[in-house]
Amino acid sequence: MIQLRNVNKRYDKGLNHITAVDDVSLNIAESEIFGIIGYSGAGKSTLIRLLNGLEAPTSGDISIGELEISSITGEELRRARQKVSMIFQHFNLLWSRTVKDNIAFPLEIAGVPKEERNQKVMELIQLVGLTGREDAYPSELSGGQKQRVGIARALANDPEVLLCDEATSALDPETTDAILDLLTDINERLGLTIVLITHEMHVIRKICHRVAVMEAGQVVETGNVLELFQSPQEPITKRFVSQLTEPIEAKQAIKHLKEEYPTGTLIKLIFVGERTEQPVLANLIRQFDVEVNIVQGNISHTHGGAYGTLILQLDGDAAMIQQAIQFLHDEDVQTEVIDND
Amino acid sequence: MIENLLPHVDWLIMWNKTLETIYMTLVSTFFTFVIGLALGVALFLTAPGQLWANKVFYTVTNAFVNIFRSIPFIILIILLIPITSMVLGSIRGPNAALPALVIGAAPFYARMVLIALQEIDKGVIEAAKSMGAKTKTIIFKVLLPESMPALISGITVTAIALVGYTAMAGIIGAGGLGTLAFQDGFQRNRGDVTFVSTILILIVVFAIQFIGDRLVTKADKR
Repeated sequence: MIQLRNVNKRYDKGLNHITAVDDVSLNIAESEIFGIIGYSGAGKSTLIRLLNGLEAPTSGDISIGELEISSITGEELRRARQKVSMIFQHFNLLWSRTVKDNIAFPLEIAGVPKEERNQKVMELIQLVGLTGREDAYPSELSGGQKQRVGIARALANDPEVLLCDEATSALDPETTDAILDLLTDINERLGLTIVLITHEMHVIRKICHRVAVMEAGQVVETGNVLELFQSPQEPITKRFVSQLTEPIEAKQAIKHLKEEYPTGTLIKLIFVGERTEQPVLANLIRQFDVEVNIVQGNISHTHGGAYGTLILQLDGDAAMIQQAIQFLHDEDVQTEVIDND
Repeated sequence: MIENLLPHVDWLIMWNKTLETIYMTLVSTFFTFVIGLALGVALFLTAPGQLWANKVFYTVTNAFVNIFRSIPFIILIILLIPITSMVLGSIRGPNAALPALVIGAAPFYARMVLIALQEIDKGVIEAAKSMGAKTKTIIFKVLLPESMPALISGITVTAIALVGYTAMAGIIGAGGLGTLAFQDGFQRNRGDVTFVSTILILIVVFAIQFIGDRLVTKADKR
């Protein structure tokens, strides 16, 4: 659906060149939710703006469906933008228009007659759950409601692609989840392709099918979300994954346990998919004569299945611990020994 | 009673002169609004990095605006006397003051329009672009409505300045309360005429401020 081939974007500021996007190639399939994660300054904002021609690439090709976004201009580009719509971190609603009129705005741009416009607006208001707030002004809405207006507005011209520019970063966790649910729902119901950029792994985990990790303008890693969680390759990916799987308290708990039980062996178990539902731990305790302390555990639900980590302290005979670890390996549970350093 | 306190005040003349002042203010405010708005929008759009970025146009227009904004009004009137008499055939009467009023105030308002437009959230303009809006649509459906309160309060301030300018234009005989206060009040030493003219000018100013404030409140949905 969306293809980027060797895309570069360079800004010239006096004598300095800033390479915001550095030789990026990506393929995004139709109807998938594709996430791009990176810290601020990684180039993801520029990258997403290349997709609807708000920025033009310095070199490389970008195509969406049949359209070569990187080579069209003027009227053609404006028409293409009606099919590749965008929502924003700060919503960017017109404060001078009511909810209804904000949603009608893209329809006015597309030249839809008034009758049809009103009908479409009402449908969209219902779709995003804002019934009853049609005549409110943006200043009278909460952040979550504003983003719902943003989403309704983006869907007005029946786009094929929805670009989300840090769409939940200005929202509280609960509202973030509600908006993410809405996006998932839209993706499933309308089958539209969603490309989102974020710095929160939580967002990726919750709704994305596939993800690209960006650092210093480059895409350093791409893959299925579950796979990425399971075996992150690059250091930055590991850092993002650990945002979710190793909260700070766990690090402190590990340190504390190491001090308290210098003899024990700390291991980290990683469960993926159906493994999360089997009583591996019970079997371990039953079969081996080791003391098991649970330090920390959690399960994350991703689009591709559940993903869990568990940190255990095993105490007892060294040979027995080895056997226990072997048992876990045999049970197909990824096991890592956390070094005593 | 009033006749004794204000022996020289002829209320019919006062009324006519007030109407002249209001006429000059309204007409000049209208043209100032149209020309200033066009100049301000043009400056905004041609500024570096904007939709119609054009260095030559921007630099020339900007210089023009700054020069005319900086010339003291009383001097501007005198400078414009040849042009006014050429265009209108006379340098006396309310209409003769209009070119100077508009040329003096439009650059001032253009600057306010520019500031008002620069205050608009860039994200909103970007959002309109992302929907495929043409520049015309962005001007009329985004830039102007989103800066409306500032545009209205700007024209209110400008209109009040224009009331002051009409009084100054009065010194060279443009008519209105300014001429009355100067020629009839000051030069013939009739303090009561100057006093009443001043009160009437104040009433006009307060009325403009009141209307402007009401319109701003109504337009501002933030």
